[in-house]
Amino acid sequence: MVDPSIVAASALHGLATGAVYALVALGLSLVYGVLHIVNFAHGSLLMLALYGVYFLHERLGLDPYLALPVLLPVAGLAGYALHRWVIAPAGGARDENVLLVTLGLALVLENLALVAFRSDTRTIETAYSFSMVALGPALLPLPKLVALLGSLVATLVLWAIVQKTDLGRAIRAVAREREAARLVGIDTRHAFALAFAIGTASSAVAACLLLPSYYVSPQVGHGFVLIAFTIVVLGGMGSFWGAFWGGLLIGVVESLGGLFLGESLGQIGIFAIFIAVLLFRPTGLLGRPL
Amino acid sequence: MNPAQGERAALVFLVLAAPLPWLVDSGTLVHFGIMVFQAATLGQAWNILGGMGGQFSFGHAAFFGAGAYTTAILQLRFGVDAWSGFFAAILAGAVVALVIGLASFRFGLRGSYFALVTLAFAEVLRILANTLEITGAGVGLLLPLAPGLERLQFADRRGYYLLALFLCAASLLVARAVAGSRLGARLVAVRENEEAASALGVDPFAVKMRAILLSGAMAASVGAFYVQYFLYLDPHIAFGPQVSVEALLGPIVGGPGTVAGPLAGAFLLQLLGEASRALAGGATGANLVVYGIVLILIVRFLPGGLAGLARARAERAGAGS
Amino acid sequence: MTLLGVEHLCVRFGGLTALEDVCLAVDEGEIVAVIGPNGAGKTTLFAAISGFSRPTAGRIRFAGRDVTGLPPHRLCAMGLVRTFQVTRPFADLTVRENIAVGVHLRHRSPRRARALAEGVAERVRLADRLDQPAAALTVAGRKRLELARALATEPRLLLLDEVLAGLNPAEVAEMEPVVRDIRASGVTILLVEHVLQAVMRLSDRVLVLVGGRLAATGTPAEIVRDPAVIEAYLGEGADRLVTAESPRARGA
Repeated sequence: MVDPSIVAASALHGLATGAVYALVALGLSLVYGVLHIVNFAHGSLLMLALYGVYFLHERLGLDPYLALPVLLPVAGLAGYALHRWVIAPAGGARDENVLLVTLGLALVLENLALVAFRSDTRTIETAYSFSMVALGPALLPLPKLVALLGSLVATLVLWAIVQKTDLGRAIRAVAREREAARLVGIDTRHAFALAFAIGTASSAVAACLLLPSYYVSPQVGHGFVLIAFTIVVLGGMGSFWGAFWGGLLIGVVESLGGLFLGESLGQIGIFAIFIAVLLFRPTGLLGRPL
Repeated sequence: MNPAQGERAALVFLVLAAPLPWLVDSGTLVHFGIMVFQAATLGQAWNILGGMGGQFSFGHAAFFGAGAYTTAILQLRFGVDAWSGFFAAILAGAVVALVIGLASFRFGLRGSYFALVTLAFAEVLRILANTLEITGAGVGLLLPLAPGLERLQFADRRGYYLLALFLCAASLLVARAVAGSRLGARLVAVRENEEAASALGVDPFAVKMRAILLSGAMAASVGAFYVQYFLYLDPHIAFGPQVSVEALLGPIVGGPGTVAGPLAGAFLLQLLGEASRALAGGATGANLVVYGIVLILIVRFLPGGLAGLARARAERAGAGS
Repeated sequence: MTLLGVEHLCVRFGGLTALEDVCLAVDEGEIVAVIGPNGAGKTTLFAAISGFSRPTAGRIRFAGRDVTGLPPHRLCAMGLVRTFQVTRPFADLTVRENIAVGVHLRHRSPRRARALAEGVAERVRLADRLDQPAAALTVAGRKRLELARALATEPRLLLLDEVLAGLNPAEVAEMEPVVRDIRASGVTILLVEHVLQAVMRLSDRVLVLVGGRLAATGTPAEIVRDPAVIEAYLGEGADRLVTAESPRARGA
C-alpha cells in the first residue's frame, strides 16, 4: 500500500505541472480555435523561450521570473511574424499544408538549437530552487508552487484578453465568421497573426514559470507538444476551459501514473487517453468551440 | 516530363546505379546509395497512403520500428534465421497497420486528426520499446556480426547496396502497379473528395485499409533492412519522430502521389543533407535544419514537388510547340 | 413497378425537425421532381435516400429491398446514385479519370474504364474535354461531369441535386435533352430543382416539399393549379408557371 501522504504530494506535484501544461495547451488551443490549424512548432517555440530564460539568467543574472517582461514582447512579435510571413503564406487552403509547414518550422528551430547549443540538458540554480513549502501533509518545492499559481493567473489573464478586450472580440469574430469579420472591416490576416502571437506569448510565460524547476534541451519541446495536443484534444479542440481542465487532469494522471506504474509507463497513460479520446470522442470532453 | 516518363526514368536510374559500386571504388558512394534507397523505399511506403490516398501519416516510424524490432527479436531471442525474420517483419508492419487503420479509419479520422493519431501510436510504441525487457529497453539490441547470404549480412557493403536497391526497385514497381490499378484510381478519388468517391460506389474505408496495409508492410521492410545493415537498434532509432519525418519528406519534396517522386525526393534530400553536414562541420542536426527549410519552401512554392515542376515545364514546352 | 419507396421518413438534427413523415414512391422509368422553398428539406431528403445521413425514423426501400441506413457506396453498387448540388470534381484529375472512377464500380480493368469513360462523356456532351483537368471546367461543365460520373456507375435510379441551378438559360436548354436521353436509356430519375420552368417541362410528376412535409403531389399541370401549393410556395410567381408547358399538358 502506498502512503496516502505520498499520493497527495504526487497529486499536488501533478497539479502544479498540469497548470503549466494547461498554459502551454491554451496557446495551442487558441491557435486551433481561431485558425483551425494544428501547430507542430508550438513545442519548439516553448523550447526557444526556455533557452531565452536560461541565457538571460546565465549571462545577465536575470531572475527567471523577472525575464517575463523581456521575453513576452519578443515571443509575441516572433509569433506574429512567423504566422504572418511564414505559416499563412505557405499554408494555403489545405489543412495538411499547414501541418507540414509547422512541422518544417519545428525541424528548423529544434535542430538550429541542436547545432547552436548541443544536446546538453541545462538547468539553472536560483536561491529558491530547493526551498520547500508545506501544504497540508505534502511538501512542494517553491518553484512548483509559483508555477502553479503563476499559471492560474496567466490563464485568467488570457481568458480576460480573449473575452473582455476589443482585441479578443475581434479574434473571436474572425474565428467564427471569417467573411463577415472581413466585411465589418476587421483585418483578418492581422487578427490571425495576433492570435498566433498570443499563443506564442503564453508559451513564453510558461517558460519563465517552468525553468526554475525544469530543464531545457533542444528536444524539450517534443514532450510538451504531444502532451499539449493530448490536452487540447481531451478538452475539445479550441475549447478554453476544456484545455485548462484537461491540463490539470493530464498533470495529475502523469504524476500518479508515474508513481504507480513507473515514469515510462505513466507516459503511456497519456497517449492511451489521447488515442481513446480521438477515436471515441473527437469533440473532446468539453467540446464546445471558443 | 509526364508521370509515365518519370516512372521510366526512375527505373532506368536504378538499373544504371546497380553496377556503380563496382565501377567506382568509394565507400562513401556505397553508403550514400544505401541511404538514398532506404529513404526512397520508406518514402514510397508513405507515398502510397499519403501521396496517393491523401492520408497524411506523421507516424510511419510505427511500421518501420515494428519491422526492425520483429526481425531483431526473432533472431536474437528465438534463433530465427534472418530471412524468415525479414518476412516476419513485413507481416508485423501489416499487423500494426491493421491496428492503426482499423482504429482511425473506422472512426472516420481525417486530416490533422489522422496525423496526430499516427504520431501518438508511434510514441506509444517508442515508450513500450523503451520499457519492455524483450526489446532490450533503453539499451537497445545488438545483433552479432556474422556475414553470410543465408544470414542476410554482407562482409562487402556492396551487398547491402544491392539489397537496398532491390527493395527500392520493388517498392517502385509495387507503387506503379497500384497507381495503374483500380485501387489507385479509387485512392486518388478518396484523396480528392471522400464523399464524392463514396457516392460513386467507392468504399473509402476499404480503400484506405488496403493502402495502409501495403504502406505499413513496405515501411516495415525498410526497418528490417536497417537492422541487417547497422546490426543495432534502440527505441529512438526505431520509433523516433525522425523516422516519420524522413518518410514523408521525400515524397513531399519529390512529388506526392507520383511513383517517381519519393526516389527523386530522397536523392535530393540526401544530397542536401550531406552538403549541409559538410558545411556545418559535421554538426548533428544541420541536415535537419536544411530539410525543414526545404519542406517549408516546397509547400509554399512547389506544392507538386519536383514532379510538379517537371510537369509544368513539359506543359509549357508542349504549349510552345 | 415501384423502384424507390420512402415510408414515413423523419430526420431530426438535435431539436430541429428537417423532415416529418415524408412518404413518396418513384416508379421505374419516371422522372419525378421535388420542389420547395429554401430550407424545405430537399437536400436533407436526398442525403437520407442516398445514405449520407441516417434517418431518425422511417424506411427507405429500393428495388424491393429495405436499404435504410446503408452507406452510400453500397447503395451505389445496388444502382442508386446521387449527384451533388455543389459539384465535387476530383480537381487534380482529368475529366476522363473522373468518369473512370465511376466506371470502376462495374469494371475492374483501368484500360477498359478509361475507354468506357469516353462513351459516358459523349452522353453528357463532354467528349471534347476528356483530357482536360476537371479543375479547368466551367460551372456548366462541372454539372455535366457530376452527371457523367454518376451515369458511369450504370445506375437504375439517378438522384440529381439541382443539376440545373447556376446555369444560364442557354445552358439549361442544352442540359434538358441530356436528362431526357438518360431517361430514355432506361434510368429512372428523381431530381431536386429550383429552375421551375425546366422542371415542369421535364418531369412526369412533381412533389412539393414545404417545411419538411410533403404539401402536394401531382402532374406539373395539377401542381401549378393547386391553390394550396400556390399559397404555400409558389406565391406571386405562380402566374408565370401556369403558362409553362409540361410534357403531360402538351400531350393531353
